[in-house]
Amino acid sequence: MRPVINVENVSKLYRLGEIGTGTISHDINRWWAKMRGKEDPFAEIGTENDRAVNDGSQYAWALRDINFQVGQGDVLGIIGRNGAGKSTLLKILSRVTLPTNGHIDVKGRVASLLEVGTGFHPELTGRENIFLNGAILGMTKSEIKRKFDEIVDFAGVAKYVDTPVKRYSSGMYVRLAFAVAAHLESEILIIDEVLAVGDAEFQKKCLGKMGDVSRKEGRTILFVSHNMASVKSLCTHGIVLHNGAYAFEGSTHEAVNFYQQNSNLNQFVNFDLDSPDIIGNENIKILEFKVGAFQGDYISVSSGISFECTFYNEKVGINLDITFELVNSEEVKIFHHGALISKNRDSRKGLYTIKGHLPPYTLNSGQYKFNLIFGENQRYMLFGEAELIGFEVANESLGSNTEVLPGILRPNIPYEIDFQK
Amino acid sequence: MNQKQIDDLDWDFRIEANNGPFSIGFSQVWKYRDLLMLFVKRDIVTVYKQTILGPLWFFIQPILTTITFMFIFGNLAGISTDGVPQILFYLAGITIWNYFNETLTQTSKTFTENAPIFGKVYFPRLVLPLSKVISNLLKFAIQFGLFLVTLLVFVLLGKDVGPNIYILLTPILMIMMGGLGLGFGLISSALTTKYRDLTFLIAFGVQLLMYATPVIYPMSSISEKYQIYLWINPLTSILECFKYAYLGSGVLNWFWLTYSMIFTVLLLLLGAVTFNRIEKSFVDTV
Repeated sequence: MRPVINVENVSKLYRLGEIGTGTISHDINRWWAKMRGKEDPFAEIGTENDRAVNDGSQYAWALRDINFQVGQGDVLGIIGRNGAGKSTLLKILSRVTLPTNGHIDVKGRVASLLEVGTGFHPELTGRENIFLNGAILGMTKSEIKRKFDEIVDFAGVAKYVDTPVKRYSSGMYVRLAFAVAAHLESEILIIDEVLAVGDAEFQKKCLGKMGDVSRKEGRTILFVSHNMASVKSLCTHGIVLHNGAYAFEGSTHEAVNFYQQNSNLNQFVNFDLDSPDIIGNENIKILEFKVGAFQGDYISVSSGISFECTFYNEKVGINLDITFELVNSEEVKIFHHGALISKNRDSRKGLYTIKGHLPPYTLNSGQYKFNLIFGENQRYMLFGEAELIGFEVANESLGSNTEVLPGILRPNIPYEIDFQK
Repeated sequence: MNQKQIDDLDWDFRIEANNGPFSIGFSQVWKYRDLLMLFVKRDIVTVYKQTILGPLWFFIQPILTTITFMFIFGNLAGISTDGVPQILFYLAGITIWNYFNETLTQTSKTFTENAPIFGKVYFPRLVLPLSKVISNLLKFAIQFGLFLVTLLVFVLLGKDVGPNIYILLTPILMIMMGGLGLGFGLISSALTTKYRDLTFLIAFGVQLLMYATPVIYPMSSISEKYQIYLWINPLTSILECFKYAYLGSGVLNWFWLTYSMIFTVLLLLLGAVTFNRIEKSFVDTV
């Protein structure tokens, strides 16, 4: 099938510091500081762009030489960590901002949903907002008229259609906004994590609608999400962005897999014992720590987690122990658990490797961090390192529910159901 | 597919960094004309939602301003109205001045007020300032109706007012007034994205400009020596022509009217180019 989007060498450069001042007084301040030979007082603004390395430059590439094509009817998932450039890419594709270099050729109308309810006016009624929002998204009046009943039906707000939307509940508001977007007649639909709104039932309805749109009507969809479960259930292809660069393209499964293995999160390696930035002290030096899937090829709710630590021990003849501490993103300690490495005062100088695992269906989806503590006699700390590495457990749908479920654990409970009359 | 084949496919449009300063994209605006009209409707409908008097405010505003002007400028300051009844003189000035004033102030806020929408969805940005011009034109039409009714009353009462053939120039005068408002508005909207301070300056500047335009005083009350400075203001000839056509007082000066016309066209061109330049980088700098 022919490509409908052709992205060629697209780069986007953002200027740090200098912009975002916005007032004459700032500019005069800056000029005055310069005259006195002082530092630019506003240069710091924006330099913390969540990029790990700050090379002191005034510029940051949000995207660098991105090339890919999307064929007609494809549902492309765009995956990447925060700051990988996903949103910038979507913004360029939706023509909200322009690329610094390169170009994108597009065939067909593009509708983008970077947010639901763009341009909704609280004072206007549901009916008026459907028309206004539809037109902002690129529909003509007659198209909206034709689809009007369908939209109201999909949103389930028929009773309130002549009420100003400021009186709507937030759920109704979102449903109406999504309903308008879902009925766009564009050939290409761009969606940015908007499904993170609404209740579970409505999310399912949206995913279903989006699936229908691409399968039945042959429409092309570009979809950005952090929710691996919805990416997997919806997309046919995936591309992975990493620090603004294009990292991988393949089937959805491969892309999710690649993303997890290469997000540089779940591994820590240092092979040089004499390196100045080795993690450790005179007692213990950590050489390698990695987390991976226990079963299958990437970490998910059903894969379980295996972890492995290699360290160099300097303390001879003691009772050496190691403790693993797992912490989730809300700083809740999931466990504090460890093992005795030597029990009879017989620790030796050299490399130890310790492996452990959590069985499948233990942890819920989310971000986790490992703390590591080495001790003597389970009493004295030899060395400890907090947040040594982090990793992410991908969500998996429970039945048809693709949402991340609440709770710390995600057990697989065998139920027995009994019925009596 | 190789590169050559891809380039040869029939693409609908290309997104790239630079497309000349003059590619303003009127065809795009035309495609989005439904949106344009919906914005106009939104402007009109939402202003007086949840007010008791509703659209009556369209009349109350000019009436109250006229009464204020009659009291302050007419009675306290004793500024002449060239023999025209005070109500008519001030109402004429206010009606036409408001159109310019509102168009300018509202279009100058295009970027700052719509930043959230502009950051999320594409449509030709020019649609928004154009919608302001149209919605203000509708408001003007309503207030102009009020002026016409008042004028009719005074004519029937046999007062000394002389509407004449030149009222046929009204559409041209309105286009020029709207064009000047839009032109100044576009330029200041582009500048306010960088310097928010200008928002205050504009509100203040428009007020000052009113005193540099014969709105509340007739041209004849200015001494010959200084009249030339007033004529340089492109709004002067429009107001004078308007007053001449409807009230019979004022000066119809073809030379300065042509000057204003050329000024309007050049200003609009400059405005469109500036606006076009800013709309491309706006999302990254706001």
